[in-house]
Amino acid sequence: MNQNWIPVGYLLAAISFILALKLMKSPVTARHGNWLAAGGMFIAIALTFFDEGIARENFGWIIGAILVGAALSILPSRSVPMTGMPQMVALLNGLGGGAVALVSLVEFIRQSSIGADWPIVPLVTTVLSAIIGCISFAGSLIAFGKLQEVLPSRAIVFPGQKAVNLVLLASVAALAVLIVAGKPLVVLFAALVVVSLIVGVSIVIPIGGADMPVVISLLNSFTGTAAGLAGFVLANTALLIGGGLVGASGLILTIEMCRAMNRSLENVIFGAFGAQSAAAGSLAEGKTVRNYSVEDAAIIFSNADSVIIVPGYGMAVAQAQHVLKELMTKLQARGIDVKFAIHPVAGRMPGHMNVLLAEADVPYELLYDLDDINTMFPETDVALVVGANDVVNPAARSDPSSQIYGMPILDVDKAKTCIVIKRSMNTGFAGIENELFYLPNTVMVFGDAKGVIAKLNTAIDSY
Amino acid sequence: MTLLALFTVFVLAVFVGLEVIAKVPQTLHTPLMSATNAIHGVILVGGILVLGSADSLAAHLLGFAAVAFGTMNVLGGFIVTDRMLEMFRKKPRSKGG
Repeated sequence: MNQNWIPVGYLLAAISFILALKLMKSPVTARHGNWLAAGGMFIAIALTFFDEGIARENFGWIIGAILVGAALSILPSRSVPMTGMPQMVALLNGLGGGAVALVSLVEFIRQSSIGADWPIVPLVTTVLSAIIGCISFAGSLIAFGKLQEVLPSRAIVFPGQKAVNLVLLASVAALAVLIVAGKPLVVLFAALVVVSLIVGVSIVIPIGGADMPVVISLLNSFTGTAAGLAGFVLANTALLIGGGLVGASGLILTIEMCRAMNRSLENVIFGAFGAQSAAAGSLAEGKTVRNYSVEDAAIIFSNADSVIIVPGYGMAVAQAQHVLKELMTKLQARGIDVKFAIHPVAGRMPGHMNVLLAEADVPYELLYDLDDINTMFPETDVALVVGANDVVNPAARSDPSSQIYGMPILDVDKAKTCIVIKRSMNTGFAGIENELFYLPNTVMVFGDAKGVIAKLNTAIDSY
Repeated sequence: MTLLALFTVFVLAVFVGLEVIAKVPQTLHTPLMSATNAIHGVILVGGILVLGSADSLAAHLLGFAAVAFGTMNVLGGFIVTDRMLEMFRKKPRSKGG
């Protein structure tokens, strides 16, 4: 085949990626966008087989590797439950980062075995894509471990951690300079890979579970950037464009998430936010909460005309989205107006709540963003908080000394009654007390979200 | 292809990415992250190229892993995204799907 067709195929793939991202703007066309990108990807991959640089005797290796990858990925990605999606995306992102690092490593080994003069730009981009790919690989695996709760989801901190991280980063920089300015030795490159992997672990380890959305988004951007840099190494436009697009998108998403939490990226990465839980305490003393039974809560609903449901991470953990949908149907059948309020950082990924509620067939017209719903709380009879905590903490509005001061929150305290379903009085991921629970118009129903709502569904029928 | 041409392509891709993505509604952020995750699986192309030109056992083994990882990133990424987006269908559907 004429080699000129390959870049044309890459161009088609690039167009499909860009159009796909455009189609992702609406829930109606998003699925077509995904298929379009998959089609473009297929063209790019299929045409690569015709590249004249590929030795015939290596086809067996390539096909074998693709079959192994397919065998290992198709079944798990088809069967993973919706609640497990965040860690699945983290894992897949890590594999992508690992692939980039391996590509750089193999290319480095090949070039150094030829002993040819290695021009500065490919050398620098090989080193950079290896570093970033390794950080993304190791970091994503840690994020996966935290979300899957194989590792503790809280921030893991130890004395001198910052110093250790600085030494690690300095070692990466030193090795990179040695390779680029000194001798491009394979042993140095191998050391660079190992230290970069450790950096990936050490960056993500001190970040608490609540900040994992930001981390996954950032590492997604890292993998994209690394893949784009590998495009310089192999002079390949498919990698440059695909990687560049994702590098940019991941960064935008990351910044948007940080903005929603009123925090800087530096604070998320270096703040060890989740570890500072000791600071609170004082608020709880001498105050009492109103602890209601499920039946009492059901009576509140029977007198309501409007309800806003605020789902949080607790709903995801308990997989309560289906019983919540049932509650919605029961309330609607009684002529009660039901809306859902989605905080930008509720759950563990942006849009996490939307995906779970969509899984339970909650119409997305009923899902409201923060700005739209906050004006409605004062006219609402009941705000039902299901496993959300920090995103409904009024301290973010009123207490300048609070760690979350300034973060936009859902104003559930302004509803006539606020019902909070929670497993215990434990603090949220941010580790701070929530004065909402002590307000006179707040009632607490303790228990697992799924269990409580299931009982609520039964209780509502009898009132 | 000259270095400057490669650089031009990369920079333009970054700008297109910023422009296109800035307008996605929050509802679709998780599927979007997942879709972009699948798109960086394009590194599979790089994996195929290095494994295709491998001439030592080390290069073969490392390249094999690169292609397998890349395949998982691409296939898993698109499948997972499709499953998420399937949830956004407007019409009520049967339970348990």
